[in-house]
Amino acid sequence: MTETASQPIPEQPKRNLFQQLELDMRLLGMIGAFAILCIGFNIVTDGRFLTSRNIFNLTIQTVSVAIMATGMVFVIVTRNIDLSVGALLATCSAVMAMTQTEFLPDVLGLGLNHPATWAVTVVVGLACGTLIGAFQGWMVGYLTIPAFIVTLGGFLVWRNVAWYLTSGQTIGPLDSTFMIFGGTNGTLGTFWSWVVGLVAAVLGVMALFSSRRAKVRHGFPVKPAWAEAVIAAIICAAILGFIAVLNAYEIPTRRLERMFELRGEVMPEGYTSGYGLPISVLILIAVAVVMTIIARRTRLGRYIFATGGNPDAAELSGINTRWLTVKVFALMGFLCGLSAVVASARLANHSNDIGTLDELRVIAAAVIGGTALSGGFGTIYGAILGALIMQSLQSGMAMVGVDAPLQNIVVGTVLVLAVYIDIVYRKRLGAK
Amino acid sequence: MKILGGISVIAAMAMTAGAALAQDLTVGVSWSNFQEERWKTDEAAIKGALDAGGAAYVSADAQSSSAKQLSDIESLIAQGVDALIILAQDAQAIGPAVQAAADEGIPVIAYDRLIEDNRAFYLTFDNVEVGRMQARAVFEAMPEGNYVMIKGSPTDPNADFLRGGQQEIIQEAVDSGKITIVGEAYTDGWLPANAQRNMEQILTAQDNKVDAVVASNDGTAGGVVAALTAQGMEGIPVSGQDGDHAALNRVAKGTQTVSVWKDARDLGKAAGEIAVELAKGTAMADIEGAAEWTSPGGTTMVSKFLEPVPVTKDNLTTVVDAGWISKEDLCQGVTDGPAPCN
Repeated sequence: MTETASQPIPEQPKRNLFQQLELDMRLLGMIGAFAILCIGFNIVTDGRFLTSRNIFNLTIQTVSVAIMATGMVFVIVTRNIDLSVGALLATCSAVMAMTQTEFLPDVLGLGLNHPATWAVTVVVGLACGTLIGAFQGWMVGYLTIPAFIVTLGGFLVWRNVAWYLTSGQTIGPLDSTFMIFGGTNGTLGTFWSWVVGLVAAVLGVMALFSSRRAKVRHGFPVKPAWAEAVIAAIICAAILGFIAVLNAYEIPTRRLERMFELRGEVMPEGYTSGYGLPISVLILIAVAVVMTIIARRTRLGRYIFATGGNPDAAELSGINTRWLTVKVFALMGFLCGLSAVVASARLANHSNDIGTLDELRVIAAAVIGGTALSGGFGTIYGAILGALIMQSLQSGMAMVGVDAPLQNIVVGTVLVLAVYIDIVYRKRLGAK
Repeated sequence: MKILGGISVIAAMAMTAGAALAQDLTVGVSWSNFQEERWKTDEAAIKGALDAGGAAYVSADAQSSSAKQLSDIESLIAQGVDALIILAQDAQAIGPAVQAAADEGIPVIAYDRLIEDNRAFYLTFDNVEVGRMQARAVFEAMPEGNYVMIKGSPTDPNADFLRGGQQEIIQEAVDSGKITIVGEAYTDGWLPANAQRNMEQILTAQDNKVDAVVASNDGTAGGVVAALTAQGMEGIPVSGQDGDHAALNRVAKGTQTVSVWKDARDLGKAAGEIAVELAKGTAMADIEGAAEWTSPGGTTMVSKFLEPVPVTKDNLTTVVDAGWISKEDLCQGVTDGPAPCN
């Protein structure tokens, strides 16, 4: 293909198909690696890996780590690190567990399963995470203690605050409404999943269209109309395909029978229903969209990336980098609280070991997703894809029956390899 | 393309361990933490029983994380297992996993550790019976006198099961005044060092007037014997359990009376056999030896309890014959002891 005559700035004489579509090569590489991984596992497990059921499982297993990974992108971009996210998750989860099983029912006398319990609990949990995050950010930004040390201390402190709060007991069962955030216990059902899918597809196409118009208005080069159409088609197919897969996973008959029994009805003969989009996955999608908008369209996002790229220059140009650090860590804490909601609702209990080693998974997901530890670069979708790759590796290997030590050896190797490939890729890009 | 190449190499590496699932029945085992050596013994026994029953074995290791165990079990269910054997990391947090299995109609065996759910089949050794065996052996050796009870960890429900069984045996003698319990202590974390400290304190308080010690496992028994040895009192009746090599050696030496031995191979074999039965559609209550049992949490469950073996100086040969311990280890430092150390 050669360049099209309509472009105002004729350059780059050699443009291949990918360049004309203006796709992010790094993203494409990750998707490719992910696809090969999935297909490989699918072959070895005799087609069990890519069933609608396993894809459903994978998505809900990924949510908790992926939510935190999006926040970790900002933390790492500003040249900090947060080693305390798993412990912070445990503290938020413990606080929420105590709120909904002891404080609200007994102290305030609302009783178990009061309709307001879940809302109060979630607000308390998110506030707890945000406050702790902001406190850690204050120590990093204003007291200038290195983030590594602050959060290493936090790792020990918050893990054991959680332990102390619950005396190490497993707290549960949690509030019945609260549990809809856990995945299997709260899905939209087929109809509403299609509605969400269609709305998302329409919004996606509209966003593409409006950004094209904006580019044209400002005289920027745009890709050919056919390329734009292809991208739009891919986006729609991906969204609707994903919804179709989740809808195809049917709720087991016994579970359906129980659901009907709870409502005091008898299940009609031969009745089936799909799970549809889990609410936890919907939360992750919302987080991804909001975080991407923050990164690309807001002043906060620009400041974060500017500070990460060159902290001194950013400070000299008038950015309050200390206050920015507090904000970034507070955001991270907020997301830990959100993750705690999903993780504890999924277990239907708060267990003392919740979130153990999550800090490492979260950092690994962000880094595999292309976030540079040297700061200044990282993407939200990359981090989520990184989390998905990590979880697929783990679930896939568990499914194949790889020995536990080998699983961790593979995951560790992939982490290092992914970063190396990223470095090589970036060097080549720079050399050109 | 390098990315793709790299990842696929790793993937291929991971997949060489893939298991062929040719048989009709598949039984999935979810381990809580495979790092502990003892579960390798259980695994071999489960595999053996499944092979004999014509079922394939698949497994996953939760690496001490209850969240990973839930994912593991979802993955095992997605692989189409016909029965699940679960060594639960957390008796409560495993709930959603049991729920998922029940939704699919997959039977669940709670292996060795309790799962508070009436849809699970609870298989373990009879811990109350272990307690009875400990007290019985000590009582036979010393039918009257001052007794000390060294209990297990206060956070472990098994510790109280054991203590209950011990009390059943000596109750009558306590009532008639033949036996006086002069000291009783929990052992934090089952740690031998804590048991030793508690025993020293009791000996001091009682001016060494102690005639027998009922200790709840071999680790605590080790601490007790160390405390007794310091006062030159070794040789009075002491109980234990687990068949620890050091404890069996003490039995041969005569410093410990009994070590109640729970053969993990029996437990694994029973689990494999029951899993095959359940997978074929046998109801839980129809399993041989199954009985109703009410858990401390008030759940009525179908369960099966295996009988442990009390190892004393009279039957030391059994542990050697079973290949549990070598004769050299058992008889180390023993001359003219009981068979086979003579």
